[in-house]
Amino acid sequence: MAARDPAMTIRVPIRSDADLSWVRQQVRRRAAELAFGLVQQTKLVTAASELARNTLVYGGGGHMEITSLGHGGTDGLCLSFVDDGPGIRDVRLAMTDGYTTGDGLGLGLSGARRLVDEFTIDTEPGRGTAVTVITWAADLPVAERAVR
Amino acid sequence: MTASIPDRATAVPVLALGQTLLVSVQGELYDTLAEQLQHDITLRVADSEVSGVIIDISGVEIVDSYLGRVLAEIAAGARLMAARTVLAGMRPDVAITLVELGLTLPGLITALDVECALELLARPSAPNGSGLPERAA
Ligand SMILES: Nc1ncnc2c1ncn2[C@@H]1O[C@H](COP(=O)(O)OP(=O)(O)OP(=O)(O)O)[C@@H](O)[C@H]1O
Ligand SMILES: [Mg+2]
Repeated sequence: MAARDPAMTIRVPIRSDADLSWVRQQVRRRAAELAFGLVQQTKLVTAASELARNTLVYGGGGHMEITSLGHGGTDGLCLSFVDDGPGIRDVRLAMTDGYTTGDGLGLGLSGARRLVDEFTIDTEPGRGTAVTVITWAADLPVAERAVR
Repeated sequence: MTASIPDRATAVPVLALGQTLLVSVQGELYDTLAEQLQHDITLRVADSEVSGVIIDISGVEIVDSYLGRVLAEIAAGARLMAARTVLAGMRPDVAITLVELGLTLPGLITALDVECALELLARPSAPNGSGLPERAA
Protein backbone atom coordinates (compact mmCIF):
# COMPACT_ATOMS: atom_id res chain seq x y z
CA MET A 1 0.00 0.00 0.00
CA ALA A 2 1.03 3.52 -0.66
CA ALA A 3 1.96 5.34 2.51
CA ARG A 4 0.37 8.73 2.97
CA ASP A 5 2.08 11.26 5.11
CA PRO A 6 -0.69 13.59 6.28
CA ALA A 7 1.88 16.28 6.96
CA MET A 8 2.56 16.31 3.25
CA THR A 9 -1.04 16.93 2.28
CA ILE A 10 -2.06 20.42 1.36
CA ARG A 11 -5.40 21.72 0.26
CA VAL A 12 -5.78 24.30 -2.49
CA PRO A 13 -9.13 26.04 -2.98
CA ILE A 14 -10.66 26.08 -6.46
CA ARG A 15 -13.00 29.04 -6.61
CA SER A 16 -11.73 31.21 -9.45
CA ASP A 17 -9.65 31.49 -12.56
CA ALA A 18 -6.68 32.62 -10.52
CA ASP A 19 -7.03 29.49 -8.35
CA LEU A 20 -6.64 27.31 -11.46
CA SER A 21 -3.35 28.99 -12.09
CA TRP A 22 -2.31 28.42 -8.49
CA VAL A 23 -3.25 24.72 -8.77
CA ARG A 24 -1.01 24.36 -11.83
CA GLN A 25 1.89 26.07 -10.04
CA GLN A 26 1.53 23.92 -6.91
CA VAL A 27 1.42 20.68 -8.90
CA ARG A 28 4.43 21.70 -10.99
CA ARG A 29 6.43 22.56 -7.88
CA ARG A 30 5.62 19.33 -6.06
CA ALA A 31 6.28 17.21 -9.15
CA ALA A 32 9.63 18.91 -9.66
CA GLU A 33 10.52 18.33 -5.98
CA LEU A 34 9.88 14.62 -6.47
CA ALA A 35 12.24 14.70 -9.47
CA PHE A 36 9.57 13.86 -12.03
CA GLY A 37 10.89 14.20 -15.57
CA LEU A 38 9.78 17.23 -17.56
CA VAL A 39 7.31 15.31 -19.73
CA GLN A 40 5.80 13.66 -16.67
CA GLN A 41 5.50 17.01 -14.93
CA THR A 42 3.79 18.59 -17.91
CA LYS A 43 1.38 15.67 -18.27
CA LEU A 44 0.39 15.83 -14.60
CA VAL A 45 0.03 19.62 -14.57
CA THR A 46 -2.13 19.43 -17.70
CA ALA A 47 -4.34 16.74 -16.16
CA ALA A 48 -4.66 18.86 -13.01
CA SER A 49 -5.64 21.89 -15.06
CA GLU A 50 -8.41 19.91 -16.77
CA LEU A 51 -9.76 18.43 -13.56
CA ALA A 52 -9.57 21.68 -11.60
CA ARG A 53 -11.46 23.50 -14.34
CA ASN A 54 -14.19 20.84 -14.21
CA THR A 55 -14.37 21.32 -10.42
CA LEU A 56 -14.82 25.04 -10.98
CA VAL A 57 -17.13 25.02 -14.00
CA TYR A 58 -19.35 21.98 -13.37
CA GLY A 59 -18.85 21.38 -9.65
CA GLY A 60 -19.41 25.03 -8.77
CA GLY A 61 -16.03 25.19 -7.03
CA GLY A 62 -14.28 22.98 -4.50
CA HIS A 63 -10.69 22.13 -3.69
CA MET A 64 -7.65 20.08 -4.63
CA GLU A 65 -5.77 17.94 -2.15
CA ILE A 66 -2.19 17.23 -3.03
CA THR A 67 -0.34 14.43 -1.25
CA SER A 68 3.14 13.00 -1.73
CA LEU A 69 3.26 9.21 -1.66
CA GLY A 70 6.04 6.75 -0.93
CA HIS A 71 5.66 3.25 -2.31
CA GLY A 72 8.50 0.79 -1.95
CA GLY A 73 10.97 3.58 -2.52
CA THR A 74 9.12 5.07 -5.47
CA ASP A 75 7.74 8.54 -5.08
CA GLY A 76 4.33 9.49 -6.35
CA LEU A 77 1.97 12.40 -6.29
CA CYS A 78 -1.72 11.99 -5.52
CA LEU A 79 -4.16 14.73 -6.47
CA SER A 80 -7.83 14.79 -5.50
CA PHE A 81 -10.30 17.25 -7.00
CA VAL A 82 -13.36 17.50 -4.81
CA ASP A 83 -16.61 19.38 -5.17
CA ASP A 84 -20.13 19.08 -3.76
CA GLY A 85 -21.81 20.06 -6.99
CA PRO A 86 -24.44 18.19 -9.02
CA GLY A 87 -22.36 15.04 -9.59
CA ILE A 88 -22.25 13.04 -12.81
CA ARG A 89 -25.16 10.77 -13.69
CA ASP A 90 -23.51 8.68 -16.39
CA VAL A 91 -19.80 8.43 -15.69
CA ARG A 92 -19.09 6.16 -18.64
CA LEU A 93 -20.60 8.73 -20.97
CA ALA A 94 -18.77 11.62 -19.30
CA MET A 95 -15.48 9.73 -19.77
CA THR A 96 -16.06 9.43 -23.51
CA ASP A 97 -13.85 11.52 -25.81
CA GLY A 98 -15.87 14.40 -27.18
CA TYR A 99 -18.76 14.23 -24.72
CA THR A 100 -19.58 17.59 -23.16
CA THR A 101 -22.61 19.17 -21.55
CA GLY A 102 -20.92 22.57 -21.75
CA ASP A 103 -19.16 24.19 -24.67
CA GLY A 104 -15.87 22.35 -24.18
CA LEU A 105 -14.20 19.74 -26.35
CA GLY A 106 -15.16 16.91 -24.04
CA LEU A 107 -11.52 15.92 -23.60
CA GLY A 108 -10.91 16.86 -19.98
CA LEU A 109 -11.84 13.66 -18.14
CA SER A 110 -10.85 11.15 -20.82
CA GLY A 111 -7.66 13.04 -21.63
CA ALA A 112 -6.66 13.43 -17.98
CA ARG A 113 -7.04 9.68 -17.52
CA ARG A 114 -4.55 9.07 -20.33
CA LEU A 115 -2.06 11.51 -18.78
CA VAL A 116 -1.74 9.83 -15.36
CA ASP A 117 -0.90 6.37 -13.97
CA GLU A 118 -4.00 5.88 -11.82
CA PHE A 119 -7.41 7.49 -12.14
CA THR A 120 -10.52 7.06 -10.01
CA ILE A 121 -13.76 8.95 -10.05
CA ASP A 122 -16.28 8.92 -7.25
CA THR A 123 -19.52 10.70 -7.99
CA GLU A 124 -23.20 10.54 -7.32
CA PRO A 125 -25.99 12.77 -8.60
CA GLY A 126 -26.67 15.48 -6.04
CA ARG A 127 -23.66 14.50 -3.93
CA GLY A 128 -20.71 15.93 -5.75
CA THR A 129 -17.67 14.56 -7.48
CA ALA A 130 -14.19 13.52 -6.41
CA VAL A 131 -11.60 12.66 -9.04
CA THR A 132 -8.32 11.24 -7.75
CA VAL A 133 -5.23 10.74 -9.87
CA ILE A 134 -1.78 9.37 -9.07
CA THR A 135 1.43 9.58 -11.04
CA TRP A 136 4.54 7.71 -9.98
CA ALA A 137 8.00 9.13 -10.62
CA ALA A 138 9.32 7.52 -13.78
CA ASP A 139 10.97 4.34 -14.48
CA LEU A 140 14.00 4.29 -12.16
CA PRO A 141 14.41 0.84 -10.63
CA VAL A 142 13.03 0.76 -7.11
CA ALA A 143 16.45 -0.08 -5.64
CA GLU A 144 17.99 3.00 -7.17
CA ARG A 145 15.18 5.22 -5.95
CA ALA A 146 15.47 3.86 -2.41
CA VAL A 147 19.01 5.16 -1.95
CA ARG A 148 18.29 8.53 -3.43
CA MET B 1 -2.24 33.38 -2.54
CA THR B 2 -0.65 36.58 -3.70
CA ALA B 3 -0.85 36.36 -7.49
CA SER B 4 -2.66 39.26 -9.05
CA ILE B 5 -3.85 39.44 -12.61
CA PRO B 6 -1.18 41.32 -14.51
CA ASP B 7 -1.95 44.10 -16.92
CA ARG B 8 -2.80 42.35 -20.13
CA ALA B 9 -0.65 44.66 -22.24
CA THR B 10 2.44 43.47 -20.37
CA ALA B 11 1.29 39.88 -20.05
CA VAL B 12 0.73 39.28 -23.74
CA PRO B 13 2.55 41.73 -25.99
CA VAL B 14 1.17 41.99 -29.52
CA LEU B 15 3.67 43.46 -32.00
CA ALA B 16 3.01 44.45 -35.59
CA LEU B 17 5.78 43.49 -38.02
CA GLY B 18 4.61 44.82 -41.35
CA GLN B 19 1.54 42.80 -42.21
CA THR B 20 2.24 40.22 -39.53
CA LEU B 21 1.09 40.29 -35.92
CA LEU B 22 3.51 38.70 -33.50
CA VAL B 23 1.89 37.59 -30.27
CA SER B 24 4.19 36.34 -27.56
CA VAL B 25 2.46 34.36 -24.84
CA GLN B 26 4.55 33.93 -21.71
CA GLY B 27 4.03 31.76 -18.67
CA GLU B 28 0.69 31.45 -16.95
CA LEU B 29 -2.27 32.48 -19.04
CA TYR B 30 -5.45 32.96 -17.05
CA ASP B 31 -8.62 31.85 -18.81
CA THR B 32 -9.98 35.38 -18.89
CA LEU B 33 -6.69 36.64 -20.27
CA ALA B 34 -6.78 34.04 -23.05
CA GLU B 35 -10.27 35.17 -24.00
CA GLN B 36 -9.21 38.81 -23.92
CA LEU B 37 -6.29 37.94 -26.17
CA GLN B 38 -8.62 36.22 -28.63
CA HIS B 39 -10.77 39.35 -28.70
CA ASP B 40 -7.79 41.70 -29.16
CA ILE B 41 -6.23 39.68 -31.97
CA THR B 42 -9.50 39.37 -33.87
CA LEU B 43 -10.04 43.14 -33.67
CA ARG B 44 -6.48 43.92 -34.76
CA VAL B 45 -6.79 41.56 -37.71
CA ALA B 46 -10.17 43.00 -38.66
CA ASP B 47 -9.20 46.66 -38.80
CA SER B 48 -5.82 46.55 -40.43
CA GLU B 49 -3.72 45.17 -43.23
CA VAL B 50 -2.75 42.12 -41.20
CA SER B 51 -2.38 39.03 -43.35
CA GLY B 52 -0.62 36.76 -40.88
CA VAL B 53 -0.61 36.08 -37.14
CA ILE B 54 2.23 34.35 -35.33
CA ILE B 55 1.52 33.13 -31.82
CA ASP B 56 4.78 32.37 -30.07
CA ILE B 57 4.10 29.82 -27.32
CA SER B 58 7.72 28.93 -26.57
CA GLY B 59 7.18 30.42 -23.11
CA VAL B 60 4.03 28.42 -22.39
CA GLU B 61 4.44 25.54 -19.95
CA ILE B 62 1.14 23.79 -20.58
CA VAL B 63 -1.63 23.83 -23.15
CA ASP B 64 -4.84 22.27 -21.87
CA SER B 65 -8.12 21.78 -23.70
CA TYR B 66 -9.25 25.29 -22.81
CA LEU B 67 -6.18 27.10 -24.12
CA GLY B 68 -6.06 24.75 -27.11
CA ARG B 69 -9.60 25.69 -27.98
CA VAL B 70 -8.86 29.41 -27.64
CA LEU B 71 -5.84 29.07 -29.94
CA ALA B 72 -7.91 27.17 -32.51
CA GLU B 73 -10.62 29.84 -32.32
CA ILE B 74 -8.10 32.64 -32.80
CA ALA B 75 -6.90 30.90 -35.96
CA ALA B 76 -10.45 30.32 -37.19
CA GLY B 77 -11.37 33.97 -36.57
CA ALA B 78 -8.25 35.23 -38.35
CA ARG B 79 -8.98 32.92 -41.28
CA LEU B 80 -12.39 34.50 -41.70
CA MET B 81 -10.58 37.86 -41.99
CA ALA B 82 -8.26 36.39 -44.63
CA ALA B 83 -5.25 36.10 -42.32
CA ARG B 84 -3.23 32.97 -41.63
CA THR B 85 -2.21 31.95 -38.12
CA VAL B 86 0.95 30.04 -37.25
CA LEU B 87 1.59 28.58 -33.81
CA ALA B 88 5.32 28.85 -33.16
CA GLY B 89 7.70 27.24 -30.70
CA MET B 90 5.59 24.67 -28.91
CA ARG B 91 7.78 22.90 -26.35
CA PRO B 92 8.32 19.17 -26.98
CA ASP B 93 6.83 18.12 -23.62
CA VAL B 94 3.75 20.22 -24.39
CA ALA B 95 3.39 18.60 -27.82
CA ILE B 96 3.69 15.09 -26.35
CA THR B 97 1.07 15.94 -23.72
CA LEU B 98 -1.35 17.40 -26.26
CA VAL B 99 -1.27 14.26 -28.36
CA GLU B 100 -2.02 12.10 -25.33
CA LEU B 101 -4.75 14.46 -24.21
CA GLY B 102 -6.30 13.93 -27.63
CA LEU B 103 -6.05 17.55 -28.71
CA THR B 104 -4.55 17.55 -32.18
CA LEU B 105 -5.49 21.12 -33.11
CA PRO B 106 -6.57 20.41 -36.68
CA GLY B 107 -6.36 23.41 -38.94
CA LEU B 108 -3.61 25.07 -36.92
CA ILE B 109 -0.35 25.54 -38.78
CA THR B 110 2.68 25.10 -36.55
CA ALA B 111 6.33 26.09 -36.89
CA LEU B 112 9.37 25.22 -34.80
CA ASP B 113 10.11 28.86 -34.01
CA VAL B 114 9.18 32.43 -34.92
CA GLU B 115 11.77 32.56 -37.70
CA CYS B 116 10.28 29.50 -39.40
CA ALA B 117 6.83 30.99 -38.92
CA LEU B 118 7.85 34.22 -40.65
CA GLU B 119 9.30 32.23 -43.56
CA LEU B 120 6.10 30.25 -43.78
CA LEU B 121 3.94 33.37 -43.90
CA ALA B 122 6.21 34.98 -46.50
CA ARG B 123 5.25 32.25 -48.95
CA PRO B 124 2.18 32.51 -51.07
CA SER B 125 -0.67 30.94 -49.26
CA ALA B 126 -0.79 27.18 -49.75
CA PRO B 127 -3.73 25.16 -48.50
CA ASN B 128 -1.72 23.62 -45.70
CA GLY B 129 1.44 25.72 -45.79
CA SER B 130 3.44 22.60 -46.59
CA GLY B 131 7.08 22.46 -47.55
CA LEU B 132 8.65 24.24 -44.61
CA PRO B 133 9.89 22.97 -41.29
CA GLU B 134 6.61 22.69 -39.54
CA ARG B 135 5.13 19.94 -37.49
CA ALA B 136 1.80 18.69 -36.43
CA ALA B 137 0.74 19.59 -32.91
N1 LIG C 1 -16.82 17.92 -11.35
C1 LIG C 1 -17.87 17.70 -12.17
N2 LIG C 1 -19.15 17.82 -11.71
C2 LIG C 1 -20.21 17.60 -12.53
N3 LIG C 1 -20.10 17.23 -13.83
C3 LIG C 1 -18.86 17.10 -14.35
C4 LIG C 1 -17.68 17.31 -13.54
N4 LIG C 1 -16.60 17.07 -14.32
C5 LIG C 1 -17.07 16.74 -15.53
N5 LIG C 1 -18.43 16.75 -15.57
C6 LIG C 1 -19.29 16.39 -16.72
O1 LIG C 1 -18.56 15.57 -17.60
C7 LIG C 1 -18.53 16.16 -18.90
C8 LIG C 1 -17.22 15.84 -19.58
O2 LIG C 1 -16.17 16.50 -18.91
P1 LIG C 1 -14.80 16.79 -19.71
O3 LIG C 1 -13.87 17.53 -18.82
O4 LIG C 1 -14.34 15.51 -20.30
O5 LIG C 1 -15.29 17.70 -20.92
P2 LIG C 1 -15.70 19.26 -20.88
O6 LIG C 1 -15.29 19.88 -19.60
O7 LIG C 1 -17.16 19.33 -21.23
O8 LIG C 1 -14.84 19.85 -22.07
P3 LIG C 1 -13.24 20.14 -22.03
O9 LIG C 1 -12.71 19.65 -20.72
O10 LIG C 1 -12.66 19.39 -23.18
O11 LIG C 1 -13.10 21.61 -22.19
C9 LIG C 1 -18.77 17.63 -18.68
O12 LIG C 1 -19.32 18.26 -19.81
C10 LIG C 1 -19.74 17.61 -17.50
O13 LIG C 1 -21.06 17.36 -17.93
MG1 LIG D 1 -13.40 19.70 -18.78
